[in-house]
Order: sequence, then structure tokens, then C-alpha cells
Amino acid sequence: MSRIGVFVCHCGENISATVNCEKVAKITGELKGVEFATDYKYMCSDPGQTLIKEAIKEHKLDGVVVAACSPRMHEPTFRKACAEAGLNPFLCEMSNIREHCSWVHPKDDLTTEKAQDLVRVMVEKVKKNKALNSIKVPVTKTALVIGGGIAGIQAALDIANCGHKVVMVERQPSIGGHMSQLSETFPTLDCSQCILTPRMVEVAQHPNITLYTYAEVESVDGFIGNFNVKIRKKSKSLDEDLCTGCGLCTTKCPQKKIPNEFERGLGMRPAIYVPFPQAVPNKPVIDRENCTYYIKGKCKVCEIVCPTKAIRFDQEDEIIEVPVGAIVMATGFDVLKPDFFPEYGYGKYKDVIDGLAFERLASASGPTQGEIRRPSDGQIPKKIVFVACAGSRDPAKGIEYCSKICCMYTAKHAMLYKHKVHDGIPYVFYMDIRAGGKNYEEFVRRAIVEDETQYIRGRISTIYEKNGKLIVKGADTLMGAMPVEIEADMVVLATAGVANHGAEELAQTVHISYDPYKFFAEAHPKLKPVETNTAGIFLAGACQAPKDIPESVAAASGAAVKVAALFSQDELTRDPLVAVVSRQAPPVYSQCVGCFLCQSVCPYQAIEREEIKNRNGEVIKTLARVNEGLCQGCGTCVALCRTKAIDIHGYSNQQVYTEVMALLND
Amino acid sequence: MSASHESHHPLTLSGEIRLDTGVIINKCYQCGKCSAGCPVAEEMDYPPSLVMRMLQTDDPKQYEKLLKSMSIWLCISCEMCLTRCPMEIDIPTLMDNLRQRSYKAKKTNPQARKIIAFHKSFLDSINYTGRLYEMGLIVDYKMRTGAMMQDVAIAPKMFVKGKLNPVPEVIKGRKKIAAIFNRIQNNKEGK
Amino acid sequence: MIKVGFYPGCSMKGGAQEYQESVSALAKVFDIELVEIPDWNCCGATAAHNMSKELSLSLPARIMALAEKEGITDIVVPCAACYNRLSLVKHEMAGDPSLSSKIASIIDMKYEGTTQILNIIQFIDKYITDRLEEKVVKPFDYKSACYYGCLLVRPHSVLKFDRVEDPQSMDVLVKKAGGKAIDWAFKTECCGAGMSVSRTDTVARLSGNIMKDAVDRQAEVVVVACPMCHSNLDMRRPEINKFLGEKIDIPVLYISQVLGLAVGLDPKTLGLNRHMTEVKFPAKPVIEAPVAEVPKKVSTTQNMEA
Repeated sequence: MSRIGVFVCHCGENISATVNCEKVAKITGELKGVEFATDYKYMCSDPGQTLIKEAIKEHKLDGVVVAACSPRMHEPTFRKACAEAGLNPFLCEMSNIREHCSWVHPKDDLTTEKAQDLVRVMVEKVKKNKALNSIKVPVTKTALVIGGGIAGIQAALDIANCGHKVVMVERQPSIGGHMSQLSETFPTLDCSQCILTPRMVEVAQHPNITLYTYAEVESVDGFIGNFNVKIRKKSKSLDEDLCTGCGLCTTKCPQKKIPNEFERGLGMRPAIYVPFPQAVPNKPVIDRENCTYYIKGKCKVCEIVCPTKAIRFDQEDEIIEVPVGAIVMATGFDVLKPDFFPEYGYGKYKDVIDGLAFERLASASGPTQGEIRRPSDGQIPKKIVFVACAGSRDPAKGIEYCSKICCMYTAKHAMLYKHKVHDGIPYVFYMDIRAGGKNYEEFVRRAIVEDETQYIRGRISTIYEKNGKLIVKGADTLMGAMPVEIEADMVVLATAGVANHGAEELAQTVHISYDPYKFFAEAHPKLKPVETNTAGIFLAGACQAPKDIPESVAAASGAAVKVAALFSQDELTRDPLVAVVSRQAPPVYSQCVGCFLCQSVCPYQAIEREEIKNRNGEVIKTLARVNEGLCQGCGTCVALCRTKAIDIHGYSNQQVYTEVMALLND
Repeated sequence: MSASHESHHPLTLSGEIRLDTGVIINKCYQCGKCSAGCPVAEEMDYPPSLVMRMLQTDDPKQYEKLLKSMSIWLCISCEMCLTRCPMEIDIPTLMDNLRQRSYKAKKTNPQARKIIAFHKSFLDSINYTGRLYEMGLIVDYKMRTGAMMQDVAIAPKMFVKGKLNPVPEVIKGRKKIAAIFNRIQNNKEGK
Repeated sequence: MIKVGFYPGCSMKGGAQEYQESVSALAKVFDIELVEIPDWNCCGATAAHNMSKELSLSLPARIMALAEKEGITDIVVPCAACYNRLSLVKHEMAGDPSLSSKIASIIDMKYEGTTQILNIIQFIDKYITDRLEEKVVKPFDYKSACYYGCLLVRPHSVLKFDRVEDPQSMDVLVKKAGGKAIDWAFKTECCGAGMSVSRTDTVARLSGNIMKDAVDRQAEVVVVACPMCHSNLDMRRPEINKFLGEKIDIPVLYISQVLGLAVGLDPKTLGLNRHMTEVKFPAKPVIEAPVAEVPKKVSTTQNMEA
């Protein structure tokens, strides 16, 4: 005979507004096998948990049902409370009467009845629950950081400085990310390169960090504490040990007309190149798609001039396997493609550029050595129109969100322009100025008051080119929406920040979820902002949503702490809700017939072969066995097992059957 | 008017307009892209985004101003606003609705007289013949507006070039067209 | 001979006769018979949708119902304004069955919404483009500003025709006819449309800006696909020039006239003589061989009307 306790939570008014909680406790208290039932305003609070603990002791409960919210948040809370009272935590279950009941139904007797049904079902299940023990798995204390921008750099350094090993993978030939492209940074106007490059160097020199540039993650298997990662190190066509980074090859390469991605196409680069002078590692790669040798089979100038004979034309991609215990995603963002703004002539007119291109124009190391010169003819523009919300907050174009960073960098651009071209007039077309952040609002005011930027509240309708000028047609919504026409020399679009290219594929490779915009999804928008729904994989920076530098760095440090906390344990305990193959006494040994259909469908490679031998050491039966460390309890094997030899702890066929029958036998 | 939007009786003017046209006034976040692209905004007393704002206030005084405005008659239904609106708000349909409300409430702007006269002459022509009879339209319009001398100079050249048909084309089913006009008129009065 | 349903609309029976003449002549060259919808009525144009929603739906609905009765599936509607009205009404009725049945009772006819509405370019693309280049005998070798206006491309969500910004379909046709389509900024800016009579000053300003941009970019001809656009850019030229304070004299041709000239039809058949702004083109130096001397003196214009 069971002695089950039922604890009904009001969740403030979240449940009690539509469900009569007292009644639920009273009615379910009368169920067979229920020894004690009560309701309370906040069951998850300290007094609530104490109430459960004391009831367990006082009534000698052997099972607990907490009727409250979804188990996602508080199942661990209540199981821990039960364990503290001496009850095996897996004898505690939650009945979800909030999301499944009170939130979705009106205040009605039927709603209360449904809550009673949900509790009753769980009471029947708990009767079949068994005490289980947590599984212990070892932890590989190496972290993988994917992406070498400021977020990845920060996370890698923080983890490495805690004494753990880090493997960093960067797709580009150099780390640094978008921050290395920026001229100066808001709200302090300090030079981006000056604060970033020391950190890039630190990454390269840190004894705990292994850096793979020009590399991508190929596959990820395993689980928290025990991931197995395959990295494709793309061929750089270079022996990096021999190369001294002298740069002779890059100056002698005859192919010099490749639009430089780092300069947003405003400059050219050769086929063998270092993306920018401060690159880390400062060694070139050959861009095989544009290299004359790879296209035509002739050239090899770089090989001839290389003083250390480091060029390797026949070098192949290399696959590296690394075991890691945690993964930090820091793959950053991208900006919108030109085809997004046919009405603004973006991609059609050379002098309509995006914010990143303007950063390059303003950068001392950029294609104009920091002089603001327009791309079409190199003239210094006397009027620049900056367009905020170019794509952001534009549901018609498919982007509803605010890109968050544009208000600030647009103010910065206007400022930098004014500082460099004193007689120039910067105009900013904006919808709202969103300058929430330390010293941000003050910064924008400075751009308006001190640097005399003309802020016009309105969105541009169209831009067209005429006689070397860009005619910008807007409206001033603070002047009765009267049309405004500006003859500008250059236009800078604050294009929306979007998920980096390949984000969706990468999310699928590492098995994490992502939102409709392909940004990686956090586990909880408020309380788990750097965790993903996949244990052991964390988020840092703008791969999650557009973020500025301080936010990216903060998130990266947050993710690093999560990794360090994980690595502070020598082994991990996991819920034992895993599949198990039935065992019986000889001569049957098991219902399992050894067909291994389960092995072929298991997504986690958790099914092993177990041989049963007789005294002579001869194999008399081969059975499936579940590796508890690998099994995630998904249940695919259970559904497919033809002899019903596999079951899942905590969700056995019998338990689920009991639940269904409890509903049907009302 | 269209049945698919009938749910409950609207409490606000925005609600009524939504019921009539499906246009959701509060979707507008006042970016002004419509006013920026509108070819006639500079001639309007209230450019399109301001029209949206005035409706958002749900203030009878603002509504009154709109019904009496020139803006609603100056709108040429070129659809540029809708094309570029980030919220895909159907301002042209809204303008149609406001014109009809203004006309029904007999609040049309005196300066819009010529425009309305043209529309009425146009519709009369269809009512009587089933088609638009351009010369008849012009004569009728001149009678309504008194703009007797307008475009007199180009008429002979148009005539010579065969651009003015001296005889109206009258369709066989013109009584059927008149019946359509009647039914719509009766529907309105029946309301 | 292919038969295709045809809705000329009122203006093609009046001020835009040359549009009908040229469309018909062009169709004939390509063995297409345009079957006029019997007893068609006016689509109601701007006046109807400004003044009465029901009327703006009923008039086009009757036209399509008449076509359905005749078993016509494709209706060519060369007038962009009529094309726009018919398409919008078809779309609105398709999305609202109760509205559709209400309008059917007003027009007292059965309406299914089965007809396909084709604008002039869609018609050409469906029935002519494949055979166009082989029939070109006199390449239309002029810098053309293709002007699409509003009603051919907007609203894109309903019409789904070409690109709504910087459309290209007419440019492609002009190129196939041997012409050069210039890149310009006013392809889809409004000309003033139905305000021609009631707000002539507005039309002069809007159409003036369009003509000015075309001429500034060296256009030798403006090509249109809408009688309203044509009348504003052609007939209102004196007002346009007065507004601009300069004399713009480049002609405005319908796309059907451009293609007609290219396939060798004579100007009169295409109704070029009916334009208010004289149709004349800059003379092209005749170069017979690459080394041949370019004639020193050429007359600046060739008169197409002669």
C-alpha cells in the first residue's frame, strides 16, 4: 500500500485564478494510496519546500506528486527537496496544472476537474515509480570554442585562465572577427584594433589554448562532459612551421584583383593573403578559388619567392578529432545582403555602403588610411546620409527585431565623419534612438549637440543616383511628415544584423536549437541566457542575437564561468532516466533476441553488444546493452524493440500504461 | 462591409475602419516611409503617415479634420506607400474608405470639388452608356465645375488625331449597368 | 491562329486608339486573334474605387463574368489601369466568398473567378516573345526609358508581376527589339494618373520630373504600357515643359508600337501619327562597314510620321 503525498501549488495566482487549488488537494487527498494532500501559495519557495520535507518525514511518505508548473524549471527543485528529506528523488513527480491547465482554460469547474485528473494520473504513475540512482560520468576538461571573434576570444581566455584546456576553431584565416574590422568603438571612441589585438596575441600564445584557424567543425558526437569533435582544418597550402610570415609571397602574387572581404570589397587582395596586417596567426593562406595555379595549373610565383620553401600546393584538408567536455558557440553575426534594398540602390550604387564598409573607410589601417573618401571616385563626401533601421524592424522584409547596435554605431559614424571632415554635414534618418547602456545616451547627445549631426526622424523611401549625387527622399515626421530631399555624396546603411551564414547547418551539426532568424536559442531568455537546451553547450556573443562588444564580452565571460563550473567536478551526475535491457535468470538471460535493430536506430551510439558466455568461455547468447553514459533516454529503441526487451527508467511501458488507464478508468 | 471581418461591434474609429477595410491603424509605428515616397505628399495638408497618426489618436476632432482634408482627395492611389510600408499597411484602401466616409458625411473639402466632380462625371458616363465617353465626360465635368476654358486649346488637335470620339459608344447591356448602379444605391439606402 | 480574350477598355476606344491599333497589328503579325469580350463595360477606374467600394468591385466583376460566359480563359488587358482593377477585384473576391456572392447578386451574373488577367507584357511574354527576335527586321535602335508607372507593378502582393523596384520586363522586350534600355530612377514613380483634368498642375509636376530624368539620362524615347501614363507624358507635354521651363520633345511610345516598328510595321498602322508629341528620333549614322566614313552632315531628326 502506497503512502503518497500530493502538494498543490497556487503559483501565486497563475494557477489559483482559474483552478480551485484547495478543492484539488481535498479531492485528490481522498484517492487510494494518497496519505497526505495539501495546497500552498508558492510550493517552490523555501516554506513550500519545507512543507514537503516535513510531510515526508511526518507521514512517512513513499511517493510525492507536486501539482504545479511544467517540470522543466522546478522538477530538480522538488526532487532535491525530497532527497533532503530522505526520499529517493525519483519517487517525486510533477503534475503540470499550469501550462497544461490553468493558463489555457477559463475559470470554471471543468478546469478544476481537469487539474484533478492530471494529479490523479500522476499519483497512479508514482505508485509504479522505482527508486533510482544517479549515473556518474567522467568529464573531459577541455573546452571547444567555435568562433574567434571578441566573444570567442574572451571565452577562451577566461576558460584557459581557469587552468583548463581550450581548443579554438575559426573559419577565417585569422581570429579577430568583426571587431577587428571596426575603426573606433562606442561610447569611448577607443581604437578597436588597439584593444583587440593584444587579446588576439594572448590567445595565440596561451599555453592552454590550441588554435585552429581556417578550420570548421565537421561533426559533434557525445554528450556533456564527453563530446567527441571532428574539426576540418582546411588546407592553407602552407607549411605553417616553416613559414615565417615575411609576406614576400603576398607582395609578389601576380593575382591582385580579388575584392578584399575584410575591407568589405573596398580594397583588393592577392590570391595568397593575410586578411589584415595584425592577423593572428600572421601567416598567409592560398585562396584556391582565385589562385592562378589552381585555376590554370601554372604560376607558382609564391613558391619560387618563398625564402623558407613553405608553400605546399598539394596539401590536403586535415581532419582532427578532439575529445572535449564543453562547447562554447561564438560564431557571431553577419549583415544583410545588398538585394534587400532595391529601393535604396544598395549593391547598385557604389556610394551606398553598409556600416561595416564605413568602419573600413574610417579605419587608419583601411583602404583609405582612415580618410573618408567615397568608393566611386575617391572624393571626400561633403554630405553623408546615415540610414538607421535599414532592414531592422521591417516585418515586410522579414525582420521584425531591432538590431540593437545600429543606433550607437550610427551616432559614432556621424561623429567620426565630422571629426575627419570638418565642413561635412552628417544626416541621420532614424525611427527611434535606442541608446540604453552605460554612457550611451550621453554619447548620442554628443553626436547631435557637439558634432552637429542632423537627426531627422523618418524612414527613407528611396535613393537614386543623379549627376554623381545620391538623391535621398525621406520625410520629417516631427515636422508634420513633410517630405525631405537631400542631395548626398554618400549613403551609409545601418543594415540589420542577421545570423551568420552557415549558422543553421552548424546548429544542426552540434545539435542545438535556433530561432526563426537562425540565431542560436538560449535555454531560458532570462535565467539561462548563455546555456543552450543541449547540456554542455553554451552561447557567447552575437550568434544568439545582435549584441554590441560589452554585451558580447559579458556573455562570453558568463559562458566561460559555466564551463569552469562544469569542469570543477571530476565526474558528473546525470538523471538515470536511460534505457535498460531486461535481464532474466538463465537459461533465458533476456527477452532480447540480439537483432540489434536498436543499435541501428540509436542516435547516440549508446547500444553495445554484450556476450553471455558459459563456463567454458563459449558465447551462448549476444544481447544488447545500453551504455548509460551515452544514452539520452529518447526512447527510440524502446519503440522499435520487437520483443519488448528494452524499457526506460522513469518512463517504463508499465508506468505510461498506468497513466493512460487512470485517465480512461475515471 | 465585408462579412469576414465581422466579429464584434467596434468601440473606436480604428475598429470601424478595421471592420470596413481590414486595415489595422495601430500597426503604424510612424516611420514616415509612406510620406517620404508619396508623390503628392508635398501638396497634402496631412501626409499619409500623419493621416495614420490622426486616426491613432481616436480623437473626433482629428477625424473631423481628416474628413474635411484635401489629402484624401489628392491621393492618386499609386500604391507607393503600401509597396514600401514596412508594416504592409494598405493605406490606399484606407484612403478609399476615408473618401467614401467624407462624401457620405457631406464633409468634402471645397477645394476637392473639381476632383469629385470629375469622378461623378466619370461614373455618370458609365451609368448612362456602360463605358466612359471621354468627350461627354469633359463636357459634363465643365458643366459641373464651370471650368469652361480648360483644355479648349488642345481639343481641336486631339480631334484631328482621332483622340476624341464625337459619338459615345453605348453598350447593349447599358440597362444592366444602370441596374448595377441602382442596386448599389438601394443597398446603401436600405442600410 | 491563336485566339485570346481581349479587354480594350474605354481609353483604347477614345484617346488611346493607337494603343489598340498597335496591339492588334502586332498580334496579327504573330497570328494571334484578339477576341473582344462582347458588350464589355468600363472597369470603373479611379472614380469607382474613390467613390464606392461596391461599384469598384461590381464593374470589373461583370467584365470577368462576361468573359467566363464566353469560355474565355486568358484576358489581355493592355491598359495598366484596367489590368490593375481587374486583378485586384479578382484577388479580393477570391479571398472572400461572401463578398463574391454579394457582388454576383449585384451584377446579377454568375462569377467564378476563373479567368486569367494578362497585362500587355505578360501577353507578349506568353504568346510572342519566343518568336520576337526572329521577326525583328528594323531594330529599334534607340535609347529607351522604359516607364512602368504604378498600376502595372503595384501592389506586388496581388499582381506578383516583375520586380516592384526597378522592374525589368519591358527593358528586356526593348532589348530584344534591338533597343537600348537605359537605367533610370523614375521607372515606377507616379505620373499623376487620373488627375490629368482635375489637377493638371500636379500632373505637370509629376510627369515633368519623370520626363526630366529620362532626358537627363539621354533617353531618346519613353516607352509605356498604360494609356493614362501616355496621355500624361504625351498630351500634357506643353504643361510639362512649362513646369520644367525647358523644351522636351522626345516621343512617348507604347511598347506595342516599339515592337511593331521593330517587326517592320509602318508607323501609320501603329498609330504613331496620333501622338500629340511628334514622333521623331535622332538620325543614326549609317555605317556600312567598320571602316566606312561616317557622313559629316546628317539631319538631326528623322520624321516617323511621313
